[in-house]
Amino acid sequence: MPHIKVDAEICKGCGLCVRACPKKILRLSPTVLNQKGYNPAECVDQSQCTACRSCALTCPDVAITVYKD
Amino acid sequence: MSQVVFTKTNMLTDAITHYCPGCGHGIVHRLVAESIEELGMNDRAVGISPVGCAVFAYRYFNCDNQVALHGRAPAVATGIKRVSPEAIVFTYQGDGDLASIGNAEVNHAAARGEKFVTILVNNGIYGMTGGQMAPTTLIGQKATTSPQGRSVERAGFPMKVAEMIATHEGVQFCERVAVNNTANILKAKKAIKKAFQNQVDGKGFNFIEVLSTCPTNWGLDAIESMKWVEEKMIPYYPLGVLKDKDQEAK
Ligand SMILES: Cc1ncc(C[n+]2csc(CCOP(=O)(O)OP(=O)(O)O)c2C)c(N)n1
Ligand code: SF4
Ligand code: SF4
Ligand code: SF4
Ligand SMILES: [Mg+2]
Repeated sequence: MPHIKVDAEICKGCGLCVRACPKKILRLSPTVLNQKGYNPAECVDQSQCTACRSCALTCPDVAITVYKD
Repeated sequence: MSQVVFTKTNMLTDAITHYCPGCGHGIVHRLVAESIEELGMNDRAVGISPVGCAVFAYRYFNCDNQVALHGRAPAVATGIKRVSPEAIVFTYQGDGDLASIGNAEVNHAAARGEKFVTILVNNGIYGMTGGQMAPTTLIGQKATTSPQGRSVERAGFPMKVAEMIATHEGVQFCERVAVNNTANILKAKKAIKKAFQNQVDGKGFNFIEVLSTCPTNWGLDAIESMKWVEEKMIPYYPLGVLKDKDQEAK
């Protein structure tokens, strides 16, 4: 199944991946804070991910890894 | 075993960058690093870091690096490339660094046709020093030194750097790109990779201007900043190829 992983400690919570995802399945976590105090991005429904890479291509911190299956 | 279709290039170190959340510098770093890696040039790459927010670029690019005095990166790159022609040399510079204090160095490198790559990250402001007006600050754009917005009467017109560089006979390739959305990021990657390919093929001078963001000093969040690039910067700084000797030859 296509899916992504966000490295929550590298993420700075900028939200650019949230905007870039055509499936609108990303959000900034309302509960998690990383060590730097940012709300990291998270995927709310991996089953809709198409592995299109749009989120990863827009991430300034290269915090996202994309898997095809 | 799941198949990875996107992961971080080995040309970037594992250091977490000092850049602000959403800053375009991180995207441009990735595009440069991936281009070098895809061309198999990791071991030959030498980066020249500027003075500006990207001064620590040497911590993030997994290759040899030399920090230059403010604006002088093209002069340092000239020396390194001439002494070590096998090196794949690039300067990575901000708009303040390149278009104000370093305007002479980059134009002369272009006129001489030096065989390296220059990446200009145009965020329309002096990011590192707290948001002063740059030669590229748009008319009406607020900066700490133009609190009412840039006035033409006082500060003149924003400088179109890629157009200026493209006037030089020594330029092999010159393009302006932007990192405001996924489609433009893909185009930016293509342009940057072509610039490096040209250098591998012994062709110079290669110049890429990247329209980028400074959310912190623009007083916008990361997403608003990307919209600002699209709505304000691109109309004044049109994207596209300004010079390509390969096309002229055809
Ligand atoms: C000789 C000299 N003059 C001035 C400065 C102060 N200074 C540091 S960075 C900078 C401009 C940075 O702006 P830019 O090149 O656009 O880079 P950004 O931070 O926006 O990426 C200036 C004027 C300096 N360090 N050295
Ligand atoms: S790979 Fe595409 S579909 Fe999957 S989370 Fe990223 S942007 Fe969304
Ligand atoms: S783009 Fe990157 S840094 Fe920004 S929120 Fe998404 S994962 Fe985090
Ligand atoms: S001050 Fe501006 S250019 Fe510098 S790291 Fe922050 S957002 Fe980026
Ligand atoms: Mg700048």
